[in-house]
Amino acid sequence: MKFGVVVFPGSNCDRDVAYVTRDLLYQSTRMVWHEETDISDLDVVVIPGGFSYGDYLRCGAIARFSPVMQQVLEHAREGKFVLGICNGFQVLTEAGLLPGVLMRNRDLHFICDRVPIKVESTNLPWTQAYSPEQIITLPIAHGEGQFYCDQQTLSQLETNGQVLFRYESENPNGSINNIAGICNRQGNVLGMMPHPERASDARLGSTDGLKLFQGLLKRVEALAQL
Amino acid sequence: MSATSESPFSSTEIADEGLKPEEYLEIVRRLGRHPNKAELGMFGVMWSEHCCYKNSRPLLKQFPTEGDRILVGPGENAGVVDLGDGLQLAFKIESHNHPSAIEPFQGAATGVGGILRDIFTMGARPIALLNSLRFGSLEDARTRRLFNGVVSGISHYGNCVGVPTVGGEVYFDPAYSGNPLVNVMALGLMETEEIVKSGAAGIGNPVLYVGSTTGRDGMGGASFASAELSDESEQDRPAVQVGDPFLEKSLIEACLEAFKTGAVVAAQDMGAAGITCSTSEMAAKGGVGIELDLDLIPVRETGMVPYEYLLSESQERMLFVAHKGREQELIDIFHRWGLHAVVAGTVISEPIVRILFEGEVAAQIPAEALAENTPLYHRELLTEPPEYARQASKWASASLPNCTPDGIEIAKHFQTWNDILLTLLDSPTIASKRWVYRQYDHQVQNNTVILPGGADAAVIRLRPSDPLQNPLNTGAQRGDRQQGVAATVDCNPRYVYLDPYEGAKAVVAEAARNLSCVGAEPLAVTDNLNFGSPEKPVGYWQLAEACRGLAEACRELKTPVTGGNVSLYNETLDSAGQPQPIYPTPVVGMVGLIPDLNRICGQGWLAEGDLIYLLGRPLEEQEGVTLGCSEYLAIIHGTVAGAPPLVEFDLERSVQSTCRDGIRQGWVRSAHDCAEGGLAIALAEACISSQLGAEINLGLASDQLQRWDQVLFGECGARIVVSVSLDNQIAWESYLNQQLGNNWQKIGSVENADTPLRVSTADNYSLIKVRIEDISDRYYNAIPKRLAL
Repeated sequence: MKFGVVVFPGSNCDRDVAYVTRDLLYQSTRMVWHEETDISDLDVVVIPGGFSYGDYLRCGAIARFSPVMQQVLEHAREGKFVLGICNGFQVLTEAGLLPGVLMRNRDLHFICDRVPIKVESTNLPWTQAYSPEQIITLPIAHGEGQFYCDQQTLSQLETNGQVLFRYESENPNGSINNIAGICNRQGNVLGMMPHPERASDARLGSTDGLKLFQGLLKRVEALAQL
Repeated sequence: MSATSESPFSSTEIADEGLKPEEYLEIVRRLGRHPNKAELGMFGVMWSEHCCYKNSRPLLKQFPTEGDRILVGPGENAGVVDLGDGLQLAFKIESHNHPSAIEPFQGAATGVGGILRDIFTMGARPIALLNSLRFGSLEDARTRRLFNGVVSGISHYGNCVGVPTVGGEVYFDPAYSGNPLVNVMALGLMETEEIVKSGAAGIGNPVLYVGSTTGRDGMGGASFASAELSDESEQDRPAVQVGDPFLEKSLIEACLEAFKTGAVVAAQDMGAAGITCSTSEMAAKGGVGIELDLDLIPVRETGMVPYEYLLSESQERMLFVAHKGREQELIDIFHRWGLHAVVAGTVISEPIVRILFEGEVAAQIPAEALAENTPLYHRELLTEPPEYARQASKWASASLPNCTPDGIEIAKHFQTWNDILLTLLDSPTIASKRWVYRQYDHQVQNNTVILPGGADAAVIRLRPSDPLQNPLNTGAQRGDRQQGVAATVDCNPRYVYLDPYEGAKAVVAEAARNLSCVGAEPLAVTDNLNFGSPEKPVGYWQLAEACRGLAEACRELKTPVTGGNVSLYNETLDSAGQPQPIYPTPVVGMVGLIPDLNRICGQGWLAEGDLIYLLGRPLEEQEGVTLGCSEYLAIIHGTVAGAPPLVEFDLERSVQSTCRDGIRQGWVRSAHDCAEGGLAIALAEACISSQLGAEINLGLASDQLQRWDQVLFGECGARIVVSVSLDNQIAWESYLNQQLGNNWQKIGSVENADTPLRVSTADNYSLIKVRIEDISDRYYNAIPKRLAL
């Protein structure tokens, strides 16, 4: 399985993701510079956390126009996997691959913490390695992670089972319906504020995030056997 | 114009550049003529304390600076130590006190940016930040604004630039009301084969200006930082720079990439005094000259004059000397990262800094005159301690009200020891700093092994960054390495205020102890000397005595000083014009090596049933334990007096090495040093961190002692509370006997979460009995509660 990690000027979790996919999961991984125009070799594109282009104007608003994002749109249209983590989630909503917006946290402070998250559905590759309704702990680190969308979009997200991750017990940032991560209707594009890559290495105390990547691998292995 | 002709500048103009009349005469003597306006400005910033240490240099000389692991000592952008196995660590601390007092958000943010540049200029990738912050009382609205602003500034810059802020300390004391201290320490792992130095070399080599543009921001910041703050300082806001962490992040990547090409001869960041400092220091260090053309410098505003170019402290800029013919290679890298890079000058043989502007020479000064051979002030040291210190040292605990095993009556109000413990946990200096570190990204880079608040020092895994040239992992770069680095920043300023020499020794001892508590071997120090005016006898006495103490302790503990920062004139003038000095605050940043990350520990208990030990003098002796200078005395009795605990180096070394060995043997499962608030606070913190109770028996009969406050809250060095599993009791105790003789004591056991923390006498009389929920509530809410006002 081949992973590509997009590097915008200002991305700062790019190496962290590559460390997990390449060094912990032994998957072929390459960095994708924001000006690249051919990513057809990739199975999974990860848009990592950070502050793409300084996040001037609005988080992800500039990144959306970068050359590589046109390729990411095409990649998603082909049904291939796209994962946006933190700033990556913001970029995906700006690019229209996912609905809604991410606003400043309720208390206006940046929050770095570990929070309980409920895995809502496990019938997609992203979550199939978890057990249904499993409560996991994932790190968060964001200033603008309050998910918001209109009522109609919200009910569609809920009805279609597109909410994959939800804050359990306390809602850290004021997200609507405690949403922490959503996917698109087809299920191949996932955006989430928590950082699964920061909870993948036993050395750092938690591997609750590793299963997300392992779920993807299982899916691809299954496809390969067909 | 001859040197004897009348000065073209008024005495006010000279003073405005931060120069004294005799310094002006010296400039004229060295140039053989009067300087022009631009040159005067250059001397003003370069001869400021911030840049040339004219007051502190003779004192800094006594620091030990050499050791087996020291690769780069003082004088370069940062110190570098050898961690073995091909790993080299660059680290340094720097202050941004004055800017933060005027504009807390940008002041603190650019402090982070500046120290990071010092690290990556050496060829190291920044891997961690720590900060040491001091503010006035949180009851004061202005302090709350400063505190909020500084924390958001650090959060803004550090989070965006992608370097985790993993630890630090925050003190609150009215002594810092108008003059907060913002000291930031950065660590970096060398990524280039050679350490990049700053001395220019190679006549004819091009000088490159890279990074951001130059504007009028931060004009004369170094001079501003080297004077007292006053009511008018608010008008000096142009002297505060504005940072852009996004550009800095790109600059880190571009610089490291550029260094790896081998095309860079030398590099220097533009911090204080911008172009002036970088050109003159690079030239002076290399024994050559630099000619720089200001017309080639990318600018962000029009109409700037040489004086403004030369004194601008615009952020995120660097100066490189490149190998001739390879400049385009470097320029391409910077352009790819969206940064400016131009050839703006040349290395010349004549040892001068020559600045060109609009085809004419705008300034021409011998580089040495600016950067190396700078003024030096030897000041008279008071022959005996000043009055305030003599008075304070007379204090004795006998002047406190009597106490009983139940508590103490203070001003007709009886307080139990439970009450006092809860009050101390509610003191912002002791309380949890979660409100602060929750705003810092402390996990980015995926190497943070111990999270903030979890241990006495930060612990970072050492994992060399891989440019990912190989899409498939070959194994060599995998996270198989076991080494880690630990870091801490410390200073108990009340100790230093009341006895600068003993207090400074205690600072170094505590830093080493904190590292030992996570299992790290202390290696080296970077220091940040925050003091008042050295021109006042008391201020100079504090500085000189503290330096003597630091030097001695660093020698005793074998932790050489690799550099640091001096911030003097930390005094504010109140509206009546009265100077308000800060406490002398020599902050020590110390790094330590962890050979095996499987053998480290945090401060909280690990499991119910574990045994709890106190390393250090047994409680019965009470020798060395004092209420003088203690947090208890200040908070509960409102008294700042007494002598600080004396450092006993032999005991300190043996307690620390026993703790480290215990951790490495796998016996010790938690370790926490006794600092502010003494034994009782250390025990409470271990309970809070783990959410487990503890049953402690002090082994002293209830009628045996008079001063229970001294036993519970008295402070002293060389004391660590550890917990050990029952299975290892025999091996551990036999090791303790062998290493420490009588200097240890088993004091209790770890209990389950529903059991309170109980501290009792030998005859089982409860001195303290508090629920973990109650102490946690006080500890975690002390700061948020005060900010919610």
